[in-house]
Amino acid sequence: MGWMRVIRDRWRGTRDRERVTAEIRAELAHHEDQLASQLERGGLPPVEARHEARRRVGQRALLQDAGYDVRGGGGLEIFVQDVRYGLRSLRGAPGFTLVATLTLALGIGANTAIYSVASGVLMRPLPFWNGERLAMVWMDNARISVREDWHSYPNYANYRDWNTTFDGLAVFNQQNWTFTGDGDPERLPGAHCSANLFEVLGAAPVLGRTFTTAEELANARVVVLSYGLWQRRFGGRRDVVNETIQMSGRDMQVIGVMPASFAFPSADTGFWVPTTNVEGARAGRNSIWLQVVGVRKPGVSVAQTQADLERVNASILAEFPNQKGYGVHVVDYHEQIVGNVRPAIVVLLGAVACVLLIACANVANLLLARASVREREFALRAAIGAGRARIVRQLLTESVLLAVIGGLAGLGLGWLGLNALIALAPAGLPRIESLAIDRGVLAFTAGLSLVTGLLFGLAPALQTAQTEPGHSLKDGGRGVTGLGRILRRGLVVAEIALAVVLLVGAGLMLRSFAAMQRVDLGLRTDRVLSTRLALLGPRYQDGAPRAEFYERLVQRVGALRGVEGAATIGSIFLSATPNSTNFSIEGRQDFTPEESVEVPVDSVTPGYFKVMGVRLLDGRFFDHTDTISSPPSVIINQTMARQFFEGVSPIGRRMKYGALASQAPWMTIVGVVADTRRTGYESAVRPETYLPMSQGQDSVSTLVVRTTGDPMAVLPSVRSIVRELDSSVPLQAPRPLDAVVAEMMADRRLNTTLLVVFAVIAAVLAAVGIYGVMAYAVAQRTRELGVRLALGASIRNVLGLVLLEGMGLAAMGLGIGLAAALALGGAMTRLLYQVPATDPLTLVAIAGVTVVAAVLACALPAARAIRVDPVIALRGE
Amino acid sequence: MRTNADQLHGTLDMLVLKVLASGPMHGYGISVRLHALSAEVLSVEEGSLYPALYRMEQRGWIDSAWGLSDNNRRARFYELTRLGRKQLEAETASWRRLTGAVGLVLEA
Repeated sequence: MGWMRVIRDRWRGTRDRERVTAEIRAELAHHEDQLASQLERGGLPPVEARHEARRRVGQRALLQDAGYDVRGGGGLEIFVQDVRYGLRSLRGAPGFTLVATLTLALGIGANTAIYSVASGVLMRPLPFWNGERLAMVWMDNARISVREDWHSYPNYANYRDWNTTFDGLAVFNQQNWTFTGDGDPERLPGAHCSANLFEVLGAAPVLGRTFTTAEELANARVVVLSYGLWQRRFGGRRDVVNETIQMSGRDMQVIGVMPASFAFPSADTGFWVPTTNVEGARAGRNSIWLQVVGVRKPGVSVAQTQADLERVNASILAEFPNQKGYGVHVVDYHEQIVGNVRPAIVVLLGAVACVLLIACANVANLLLARASVREREFALRAAIGAGRARIVRQLLTESVLLAVIGGLAGLGLGWLGLNALIALAPAGLPRIESLAIDRGVLAFTAGLSLVTGLLFGLAPALQTAQTEPGHSLKDGGRGVTGLGRILRRGLVVAEIALAVVLLVGAGLMLRSFAAMQRVDLGLRTDRVLSTRLALLGPRYQDGAPRAEFYERLVQRVGALRGVEGAATIGSIFLSATPNSTNFSIEGRQDFTPEESVEVPVDSVTPGYFKVMGVRLLDGRFFDHTDTISSPPSVIINQTMARQFFEGVSPIGRRMKYGALASQAPWMTIVGVVADTRRTGYESAVRPETYLPMSQGQDSVSTLVVRTTGDPMAVLPSVRSIVRELDSSVPLQAPRPLDAVVAEMMADRRLNTTLLVVFAVIAAVLAAVGIYGVMAYAVAQRTRELGVRLALGASIRNVLGLVLLEGMGLAAMGLGIGLAAALALGGAMTRLLYQVPATDPLTLVAIAGVTVVAAVLACALPAARAIRVDPVIALRGE
Repeated sequence: MRTNADQLHGTLDMLVLKVLASGPMHGYGISVRLHALSAEVLSVEEGSLYPALYRMEQRGWIDSAWGLSDNNRRARFYELTRLGRKQLEAETASWRRLTGAVGLVLEA
């Protein structure tokens, strides 16, 4: 059958171009011979006949190619053929190919890296069965203006028992325990939790079992290990179940091991134990120490659960009026994890999309310039029957080919970028540990490359499709078509506008970062070593031995060579929900629940304020007269003095924790110190109180050591002093305090760095874009410029002509970009710090940078324009 | 003036199909025969003929095979397929309709 042979031929043809062209060559040779002999018979001399025949069959090489083109039949053959042709044509222009590939690799690489983060952090489902239905149930605490505060056990029990929209509510509380086994004692993060936590999250142990509610309520000493801890400390032994281990001085029985995927509440949680009932913790409605997570009934929305729990809350308030000010606030669990990072990731996704668009515009411009040069080639192909659609297809294949090469290089860049990102990322970025270039990211990059290729290939393909075959062949291939010109200029304006948007974003982030660094923390954090200490176990049950330990510690450390002073404080920096309490002031009625305010509870050794450089505003610091047996004293911060003592010195006034009628002792206010930003840069300073360590409650403290040189240099001495005082006390996270502060800004630093990097890439690409278009325009207009110079135009005129055109494009791009930046500013607001999205300084600076960059980009082509030699230019064609 | 490439191709295709309707023929033969049949009015350029042949072969209207020519030389012979015959009929009919209509207008 004929058609089978056709298919076979076509297929062979794709593999075997040589054979097909040889056949065509043979066929044409036959034709030429026949024609020549006929012409000879008609009376021409043999040589002339041969010559004439060759002329008519002519352009043999071209016909071969064209014949080969046309003989390609179905999709596969044409495709393979086009790819080959495309590769050949890219190899023929290595400079162009290199620039285009690099440009695309940058754009695609940036997108790959950021998309990996976005998909890993924002989109990947939670590793729990019930992931979709999980929600955090917070206390909306109006007393300290914290919307995400914790609960007391009795309130939790009411929510658990009276709600109708949850399948289950569980509690947990992250806590560090000292783990003693073989080797050094180790502080390990773990969680107290209710027995139903595992069921609520939808997770089961890989080994053994989890504890029962009966065990929880009976305060059983049982522990469930994380997979990581089990592997690390027990070598993955299966017989660890039922073993008894030592944790924080208690005998705990191991009953089970959770799977590796079970990372709750955080990735580093090492174990789970039942909720504690120390000091009646489960009974007090005012001991607020538990976080609540729940699984919603199927089909129930967060809003419905919110309404349901508000109803329960109303019942609680009706029964217990002292709970006024304690509301309820439900947040979807996934939203809880990613809500804070989403704005940054969305902005970064937008930024890399801009970079890619600019890269596309640049490559499209390169292709347009190249297409003009190749117009003759395509006109010829069209003339001998290759069909317009066929040529457009050929061009698009070439573009996609370029994009695929760029995509592969981009994948490499993206992989490098992602690894750099993971290395740079702040510890707080959720799920950072699981980021990788997975199948989804690969598919994204592949799709992106294809779309990119079509996108930047479209312009030159359209331009070529518009070309008249005859026109180009005749006029010597100068090939300046109006459409191409407009496209090129439009693309440059668009990329300048995109780059301006990115530059404005980066500028705003830089300004925010600078503003944050100017903020006075109220503490001198340089040359300070900080480390956490925990005094636990029966030996430190009472305050006296703790106070004694701390006193001896700061004395001995303070006496070390190279140390200016040492002190301890409960914790220097506070979480959003610090250990806090309500209070009352002598001579003032109890605060009503509505106006009640809570203060964090902290105690410090006498030297703390001096060591940390906190100024005394009124009264005195603590000293050695503040002992465990002396009258209780307290120091308050400036905000508290201003808020509750209205300009009158509070020194000598008395206050107590709890209500006026509570058993707590009266404390005399002996000093007022300057505010310190202990809750970080982003939140307002709250009223705070400090107790002397001798009268305080802190069993876990931070030791701060001010040194004369490198703070880490004194760590070995500090460690040995602690060991000598009590070898069972572990040092936790010893670090320079500056590093702690830097970490508070780490995610902002990362976001700022990334946005600046992308903006700079965008700006450079856009500048290259202007340069390319202007250089091409000057080259195209060599003859015109030559004529102008010959007719007496001054160098200034010509210079002005070129600069004016380039600057016109830049001005349009700048205008559109600034307008777009203003319109998009809202998306940035959550990332900014004390800088409005419309910050005039940033806008003006970016406008300046853009103009300078545009002038530089136009300068080289302009210089070339004025060097045009009129004579050569006129002869040149 | 802008030329309609498809229309030109179409006409050449029809003529080549018509020539091949009388039997298999090689490229050179087709061009000679066309010239002769048109009373030496039409002469097809080689640059158009071969692309047209390849295109029609690819569409399945004609089929080709290597053979020996009258003077014992190797040549590629083209032959009409059933599809090609149908195509010729269709194109002939449409051409007749067109020229007839044009004639009517001119003679009116």
